[in-house]
Amino acid sequence: MANQRREAAIVGIHEYPLRVVGPDVSAMHIKVESARKALEDAGLSWKDVDAVYDAGEGGLGGLEIADYFGFRPTVIDTTAVGGSSFEFQAAHAWRAIAAGKAKVALLTYGSTAHSQSRAIGTGGATGQGAPRPQSNMEDPWGLTLIAGYAMVKQRHMFQYHTTNEQFAEISVATRLHATRNPEAVKAMTDLAFVGTGEISIQDVLTSRMIADPLRLLECCMVSDGGGAVVIASRDVARNTKKRPVWIIGSGEATKYPENGGDITVSAGAQSGPIAFAEAGVRPGEIDIAMIYDSFTITVLAILEDMDFCKKGEGGAFVQGGRLKFNSGKKPALNTDGGGLSSNHPGMRGIFLLLEAARQLRGESHSQVPNARLAVATGNGGQLGSRHSTGAIILARD
Amino acid sequence: MTTQRVPRPQPRFPEPDTEPFWKATKDHKLTYQKCNDCNTVVFYPRRHCTKCGSANLAWHTSKGLGAVYTFSVVVQNRNPSFRDLGAYAVGYVDLDEGFRIMTNVVGVKNPSTDVKCGMRVKVKWEDQPGGEISLPLFEPA
Repeated sequence: MANQRREAAIVGIHEYPLRVVGPDVSAMHIKVESARKALEDAGLSWKDVDAVYDAGEGGLGGLEIADYFGFRPTVIDTTAVGGSSFEFQAAHAWRAIAAGKAKVALLTYGSTAHSQSRAIGTGGATGQGAPRPQSNMEDPWGLTLIAGYAMVKQRHMFQYHTTNEQFAEISVATRLHATRNPEAVKAMTDLAFVGTGEISIQDVLTSRMIADPLRLLECCMVSDGGGAVVIASRDVARNTKKRPVWIIGSGEATKYPENGGDITVSAGAQSGPIAFAEAGVRPGEIDIAMIYDSFTITVLAILEDMDFCKKGEGGAFVQGGRLKFNSGKKPALNTDGGGLSSNHPGMRGIFLLLEAARQLRGESHSQVPNARLAVATGNGGQLGSRHSTGAIILARD
Repeated sequence: MTTQRVPRPQPRFPEPDTEPFWKATKDHKLTYQKCNDCNTVVFYPRRHCTKCGSANLAWHTSKGLGAVYTFSVVVQNRNPSFRDLGAYAVGYVDLDEGFRIMTNVVGVKNPSTDVKCGMRVKVKWEDQPGGEISLPLFEPA
C-alpha cells in the first residue's frame, strides 16, 4: 500500500501558455508570471513564499534570484542538473518542508530557447568556454546532442533487437495527447510543424533522419515556455484552493560514461527504485507516467530502468498503443503531449510535475478516470554521456 | 571524411588532466591510465583513481585495437566544423586494454550501413593543423 506520508503537497501550478514569445519577453518574465499564477491557483500570495528553488536558467544566480522576485526566503536551493532539476528540487522542497524549515516552496522555469534560435539538438560542441577534461576529450568528434541519444538507441537495438516501430509507439501516443491539448496544438502550429494532427507509426519511420537511428518525429521540439509549481506543508495545503497532490517518494541520481558500462541503462535504474521503495508502490500501480521525452529512447530506457518492465523488454511493453490515455492499461504516458508534441524549452522537468498534478486533480485534457498515482521522472544532461534522472512519486487522497 | 573547411573544435590548454594524453598523440601514441594500487583502468585522464581515490596512477600506451561499442551517424549538424562533412559516424570504441573513448569511425563507404556495434577497429591518426596534436580516429581493423 502506498505510504500515507502527508508532509508536503503540490498546491499550485501554472504552465506558461505560449511556446513562441515576443522579443520583449525574457525568461525571468516567464518565471515571474508563472509564479504569480501558480500562487493564485493555490490561493496563496507573494509574501507566503519562504523557500525558493532555481536552476539558474533565467540567468540569475542564488544571490540574485530572491532579489529579482522580491522574496525573503530562508531556504535557497540552486540545484541545476539540466532537465530533471525540477524533480531534484521538488525532492529537496519536500525534505525542507518535512524538516520544518519552510512552508511554501516555489519552483519556477522560464526559457526563450526558440526565440533565441538556440541550436540545442544539432549545434554540437563549439570548442568555447573554459576547457574541462570532458570537453577536451569529446569536443573534436562532432557529437550533437541528438547523436548522443541516438547512440543509446543504436545500442539498445543491437543489444535487445528493439525495433524502430516499437520506438515510434512513444511518438504516436504523445501526439495523440497533444492533439487534445489546445496549448500543444497552438505550439505545433506556431512552431510550423508539418502537421498538428495524429501521426502513425509509418509517419515516424518515414520522417527525416537527424542522427541515425533517430528521426525527426522521435525528437522533441525547441520552444519557448516555462511554468511554476508551489509545494506547501500539510498545514498550508489544508486551506489551499485545489485538491493537494502529495509527494510520497523521491529519488535522485546521475550517471556518466564508464569503461565497460552499459549505455542503455539510465540513472533512473538508481533513482527509480529508491523512489518506489519510499512511496511503497509498485510501478504496475502507477496510473500516469510523466517521463522526460526528449527523444523516444529516453522514455523507453527509463520505463525499463524504473521497472515498468524488465531491461530490454521496453519495446514489447510499449507496443499496441498501450501508453495512450484511453488504452485501458497502465501507465498513460505524457498526457499533455510531452516534449515531442507540446512543450520543450530546454529543461522539461517542470512540465512533468505540472501534468502529473493536473491528472491527480482531474484537470487533464486527456484525463485518465480516477487517476490516483503518478510518477514524474526527469532526465537532464545527455542520456548517452553524463546525465541526471530524478523521480517524484505523487498521490492524491 | 572529406576535407573540412573549418577545423574541428580542438582540445584546449591549460587543462592539466588531459594535457599528457594530447601531448602523446603528437607521436601517435594512444595513452590511458591505470591505478597502481587497485589496477582499475582510468579514462578520461585524471589525477585520481575513480574506483579507490588513489593518486598513484601510471600512464600506459594502447595498441590501438578495439571494437565499436555504439555510434550514431550524424546527418544534421549546424556547427560549421561539421556542417559540410556529409554523414559521419561518431561513437564510442572499447579498446582492448579496457577503456572506452569517444571518436569517429571512418574508412567506410557508407557509415549508415557499414558501421556496426561490435565491429573490430584500429586507430587511424589525423594530424591537426599546427602539428601539435593528432586525433585518434578509428577504421575497420
